[in-house]
Amino acid sequence: MLKTRIIPTILWKNENIVKGIGFDSWRRIGTLLPAVKVYNLRQVDELIILDIQATEEGRLPNLGTISDITKECFVPLTIGGGIRTASDVKDILRVGADKICLNTTSYTNPSIVSDIAYMYGSQCVVASIDAKLVGSEYYCYSHNGTVNTGRTVRNWAKELEKLGAGEIIITSIEKDGTMQGYDLDLISLVSTTVKIPVIASGGAGKYEDMYQAIKKGNASAVAASSMFNFTEATPHAAREYLRSKHIPVRKI
Amino acid sequence: MTAQVVVIDYGMSNLASLARSLEKCGASPLFSSDPKEILEASKIILPGVGSFAEGMANLSKLGLVSPLRDIASGKTIPILGICLGMQLLASTGSEGYEVEGLNLIPGKVIKLESHNDQDKIPHVGWNNIEIKQDDPILAEIPDNTDFYFVHSYYFQPTSEDTIIATTPHCGNFASVIRLNNIYGTQFHPEKSSQPGLKLLSNFLNL
Repeated sequence: MLKTRIIPTILWKNENIVKGIGFDSWRRIGTLLPAVKVYNLRQVDELIILDIQATEEGRLPNLGTISDITKECFVPLTIGGGIRTASDVKDILRVGADKICLNTTSYTNPSIVSDIAYMYGSQCVVASIDAKLVGSEYYCYSHNGTVNTGRTVRNWAKELEKLGAGEIIITSIEKDGTMQGYDLDLISLVSTTVKIPVIASGGAGKYEDMYQAIKKGNASAVAASSMFNFTEATPHAAREYLRSKHIPVRKI
Repeated sequence: MTAQVVVIDYGMSNLASLARSLEKCGASPLFSSDPKEILEASKIILPGVGSFAEGMANLSKLGLVSPLRDIASGKTIPILGICLGMQLLASTGSEGYEVEGLNLIPGKVIKLESHNDQDKIPHVGWNNIEIKQDDPILAEIPDNTDFYFVHSYYFQPTSEDTIIATTPHCGNFASVIRLNNIYGTQFHPEKSSQPGLKLLSNFLNL
């Protein structure tokens, strides 16, 4: 049976790993390569590494660094940040990444999602939605959570699936970094809207939060960053916890 | 030049992660589409992602179909097909119309069919293998170990005897196969963490 995945998300800025709260006040919490090495040794299910400065600086994540990362990473690796064209994707895959993560570009140029899906397969396209509740409706934000795109999460998730995204990572901007639990309504909104796998992101602080995202939110995978960086929690212990709650997880 | 591990480069694969994994296992693989180099290999890996028809077309264009069949008929040089590479070992592939495969292991490649809500297609993610026969390629890999899969088609061997392991998705499909020295894995060992590296080093030690 297919397993529910636990995915550490690494936010990357100048070869460092950073983490903020609510997409703000970034603080340096480690260096990139050693962290990847540790996660690989601990046999994580997957890794998502996002260069949070790339879009703002109008460039791609450093290909040399990705190449160094893939020397230490023997699980599926998703890279995001600053991707604007199918040829950017080619460069990133060529140095050993398996999937790319799209956010800001998908709003300005939605056809890039279908282009990449056509050229490299849907499994290669992870569409990222950063969302915030405005009134009674969730809206999609681009540019690291700073710009309201005017699109509702409900419609945009459906659109991304239609364009050929292979999975959607849904992040609550307000919950991110708070470690107070995922926004279960948001996750459940996306997972009931699309059939493709949904990765819950933003707010995980304890293993129980992950269980809720899977059980109540219907997520296929749970991503976490602060929880693995600022608490004793590890992806391995998360896996054992979920197993004890009868969630199918990898046997190590 | 001494004989070495050759990974066939026929334009159907992202070779970087396979290269990294083989290096991690202590091998220095040669990536080649040159029939001469391939005929001198001590071991051959046929990777691949994409469509069966395109994969076969590329192998033919590069003049690699006969050399691979010759090597296989010698029964001494181990060959490992990964994902599409495993599927190309079959007699035929079918993506709406039938295409001749390398025909190194009798069988056909057909589309996965959903049996219930859990059976998503494409089959993407970690899933376990159920070992049907002990085999050196699975040495020290316990039954039910999870590997990483990405595919929509599967290999249906003509003979059950060629099935080393199956995976419970869309019914049970063959996830590891073998005939003589020719092996195939539907999953990606190079993306399957420690068990994947173990399988690759088992292959390198054959």
